[in-house]
Amino acid sequence: MSDFPFLSVLTAAPLVGAVVVALMPRSRPTLAKQVALGWSLLVLALSVVMWVTWQVDGKRFQFRESYPWIPNWGVNFTFAADGIALVMLMLIAVLVPLVILASWHDAESSKRSVPAYFALLLVLECTMLGVFAAADVFLFYVFFEVMLVPMYFLIGSYGGHQRQYAAVKFFLYSLVGGLFMLAAVIGLWVVGGKTFDWVALSEVDISTGAERWLFLGFFIAFAIKAPFFPFHTWLPDAGGAAPAGAAALLVGVLDKVGTFGIIRYCLPLFPDAAQWFAPWALALALVGIIYAALLAVGQNDLKRLVSYTSIAHFGFIGVGIFAFTTQAGTGAVLYMLNHGLATGLLFLVVGMLIARRGSALVSDFGGAGKLVPLLAGVLLFAGLASLALPGTAPFVSEFLVLIGTFTVNKPVAVIATLGIILAAAYVLWMVQRTTQGTLNPALTEIDGMKRDLNLREKVVVAPLIALIVLLGFYPKPVTDVINPAVQATMEDVGRTDPAPSVDTVQEASR
Amino acid sequence: MTEFELPPIDYAAIAPILIIMGAAVLGVLVEAFVPRRLRHPVQLPLALLAVLAALTMVVVNADKRVITFGVIAIDGPTLFLQGAILALSAVALLLVGERAIERGGAFVAQAAITADSPDDRRQAERAGGAGEVYPLVTFAVGGMLIFVSANDLLTMFIALEVFSLPLYLLCALARRRRLLSQEAAMKYFLLGAYASAFFLFGLALLYGFTAGMGDRQAGVDFATIHAAVADSTQSPVLLFAGMALVAIGLLFKAAAAPFHVWVPDVYQGAPTPITGFMAACTKVAAFGALLRVFHVAFEGARWDFTPVLGAVAVLTMVVGAVLAVTQTDIKRLLAYSSIANAGYLLVGVLAPGPEGLSGTMFYLVAYGFTVLAAFAVVTLVRDADGEATHLSRWAGLGRRSPLYASVFTFILLAFAGIPLTSGFISKFAVFAPALDGGHAWLVIAGVLTSMVLAFPYLRVVVMMWLSEPGEATPTVTVPGGLTSAALVIGVIATLVLGVVPGPLLDLATGAADFVR
Repeated sequence: MSDFPFLSVLTAAPLVGAVVVALMPRSRPTLAKQVALGWSLLVLALSVVMWVTWQVDGKRFQFRESYPWIPNWGVNFTFAADGIALVMLMLIAVLVPLVILASWHDAESSKRSVPAYFALLLVLECTMLGVFAAADVFLFYVFFEVMLVPMYFLIGSYGGHQRQYAAVKFFLYSLVGGLFMLAAVIGLWVVGGKTFDWVALSEVDISTGAERWLFLGFFIAFAIKAPFFPFHTWLPDAGGAAPAGAAALLVGVLDKVGTFGIIRYCLPLFPDAAQWFAPWALALALVGIIYAALLAVGQNDLKRLVSYTSIAHFGFIGVGIFAFTTQAGTGAVLYMLNHGLATGLLFLVVGMLIARRGSALVSDFGGAGKLVPLLAGVLLFAGLASLALPGTAPFVSEFLVLIGTFTVNKPVAVIATLGIILAAAYVLWMVQRTTQGTLNPALTEIDGMKRDLNLREKVVVAPLIALIVLLGFYPKPVTDVINPAVQATMEDVGRTDPAPSVDTVQEASR
Repeated sequence: MTEFELPPIDYAAIAPILIIMGAAVLGVLVEAFVPRRLRHPVQLPLALLAVLAALTMVVVNADKRVITFGVIAIDGPTLFLQGAILALSAVALLLVGERAIERGGAFVAQAAITADSPDDRRQAERAGGAGEVYPLVTFAVGGMLIFVSANDLLTMFIALEVFSLPLYLLCALARRRRLLSQEAAMKYFLLGAYASAFFLFGLALLYGFTAGMGDRQAGVDFATIHAAVADSTQSPVLLFAGMALVAIGLLFKAAAAPFHVWVPDVYQGAPTPITGFMAACTKVAAFGALLRVFHVAFEGARWDFTPVLGAVAVLTMVVGAVLAVTQTDIKRLLAYSSIANAGYLLVGVLAPGPEGLSGTMFYLVAYGFTVLAAFAVVTLVRDADGEATHLSRWAGLGRRSPLYASVFTFILLAFAGIPLTSGFISKFAVFAPALDGGHAWLVIAGVLTSMVLAFPYLRVVVMMWLSEPGEATPTVTVPGGLTSAALVIGVIATLVLGVVPGPLLDLATGAADFVR
């Protein structure tokens, strides 16, 4: 079974599905939706088989397959997954069916082709899976860039207010990052002996100057994608304008490509430069945590608010990555997964609220919990999960990041902890202003607000809630997969964890 | 009295040139003796057959490496570029031959009638198109074939004139917007004449430079210049001046800044099929000549010309990209995009070694097919007054005709260099050897201007898809079979060269060696 080409089939399957869905007649939108949902469930099933087949104690990279593509340049279709990639692939496979289910009626309000919307979602899934599964730098770059196209059309064609502006801004920002990366990819190819193979490149010695420039090329691309302060301004626009389902994927998965790229490419390929730039990266991450959180507090648009919370969370992930300890690194990767689940849920729930109210403004709500108690409850849960309440999955990861950072860099950990307080402020205030307090009389006149969660929506939120709680209490299955990969990455960087200082504890107790 | 000896001639090697030139002459005879209504049905197959026959001969010659006639070098780059010119001109001929979109095609019968006079309006409305376009295009193709194979500057100059003169005429033949068309032709002719003069003057200076090699004979063939660059005792002033003047002549044709001012006007005014032909084939010819001149004749002066030519490349990229942002006419936008692409191609020309050569040749083919497809779409978007080239008229096209809007979006993504299109592979093909050769600054300029250039492309995509169609949005004419064929070939080539570029890259790599 382990010889089965899992990763290439996993990547190609959604594309085939997209073609099938796109060819469906526009007059039968329901059929297209059902096929898209079925197809994404098929992908989920395949990824579950992969998860089961994964050997926890096995090699760092598993499911490796390689086929020649452009032999002149040494480009191969090389797929391989380490623990980090596997977790992200699972996240995508889980989120996409839920997003399809949650977006069941989203495309109809836009007067545009319904099958095209779901086909674009599947194309997006293909490129997202490919970007995490690629183990060839060229192939990674190809997926990284092509990923823009379906998302651009999802935002631009099916989005809400200011969708054109948001779509163009998203595309240009990402393209700028991508072109910096292209220059760095070419540079890496030249200094790395004309190969794109990740394993071969990670063993190449690069001169200090070249290494720093190449690191910078990759880092800028990933920092824009993630996004880190000060490259973040596209995300609130894109997240605010995108349809809720696409926004959940944008923030939940697409942006993880940035942090994943830093872990997979920036650190192992340019270890010395990574250490050299680490203080700067940490500073950006810290500014991001505080600054984005403050902006989130002040937002009146629900989707923009959630986007800003994400930027703050990416700050935490950045801190975890550049602390260079196994704990913090594991925490960062776990955070990527948990943030995908929690923010994905938050976006979807917010989307449900917005669809009912017909407005995304916080000030248009008020006391909505009296009309739709279940939905309000889920919103509260999603909010609490995203502020990392103990018992929910994000708590585990945030805690790991903070203690992992504390052992090596106390000031950074202390400042980052302030972010938690701000998180409580923006989440609780948002929940309070939308669902608690006196009922906004305008809400009672809207028919949509009288319908609580229907069965479809319950099916969407239930698995996410279950996963968040489960991983909050028992993250071990995931950490077992992540840990070896993170350890290997830290070894690539050449940092070892500080030895636990047992002596001082004994002295203190004496 | 000196005895003249006929140099040995390898007729097989120059068969493609002979076939094309023969067909052009035949085309003139057809124009003279065949009844008017039969001319188009005879001319188009004649031209196409000649191009295909010549292409076949190029393939048959694939392994030939000779200098024949003393002045024609048949080697890898020649054959590759001749093949490219012929393949691209076959597609361009399909566009030229289209008669289903408009009565008489995109051409008027007589270019010389005063624009906007009653006569002119009458012929624009009713008269069939000029049959002369076929022999003119064929002559131009023939000139290009000689241009890329010329092994001395004099032959190159003659070839330059042979392919330029028909192009000047073709530019004046647009059926609609006659005044623009005539102005374009005039401008192109005057500036082209200047450029030719520069070239000729440079040629003379280089002849003078080669005279200083002791007992060796002076000459303007590339081997002599190459030897003179290495050995000549003359002051290098003659060499540098001659090199600069020759380069100006060639860069003019290549549409590089600051010799680009004709491009937007001519691209806009010329009949769209001819614009496509110029954007694809003239580029191949001009860069083919640049490659040969700088890789063979001036190879020894690489350190001297690289900074200057590099500055020209950067300027070209910047001018093309920045001015493309402000354009409101699709043909002018594509013209500035073509200028920027000339800059990227120059990066490839400057990249040393066979990798730079093969990368540039790949780029030329890939770009040629994409740009032909782009202009094919432009011919289709029209209203009662002809093509609707103003960008605002394209608003909401995606809603009116999703198929053609999708096709054009794909073409624009290719221009922007998004992976899985030939545009990305070709950018990589020129940037990688340039970086390898130590020209990081050129690559960085290329990357930065690509970012700027993405914006105008994206604006068109936004126009087509994200704007609501207005009253003025024209419909897309259902294309005739010929335009459809050209469009399909162009788009498929763009996709295939983006997804499986291996075979063509192999071919280009195998061809990347000049005979000297």
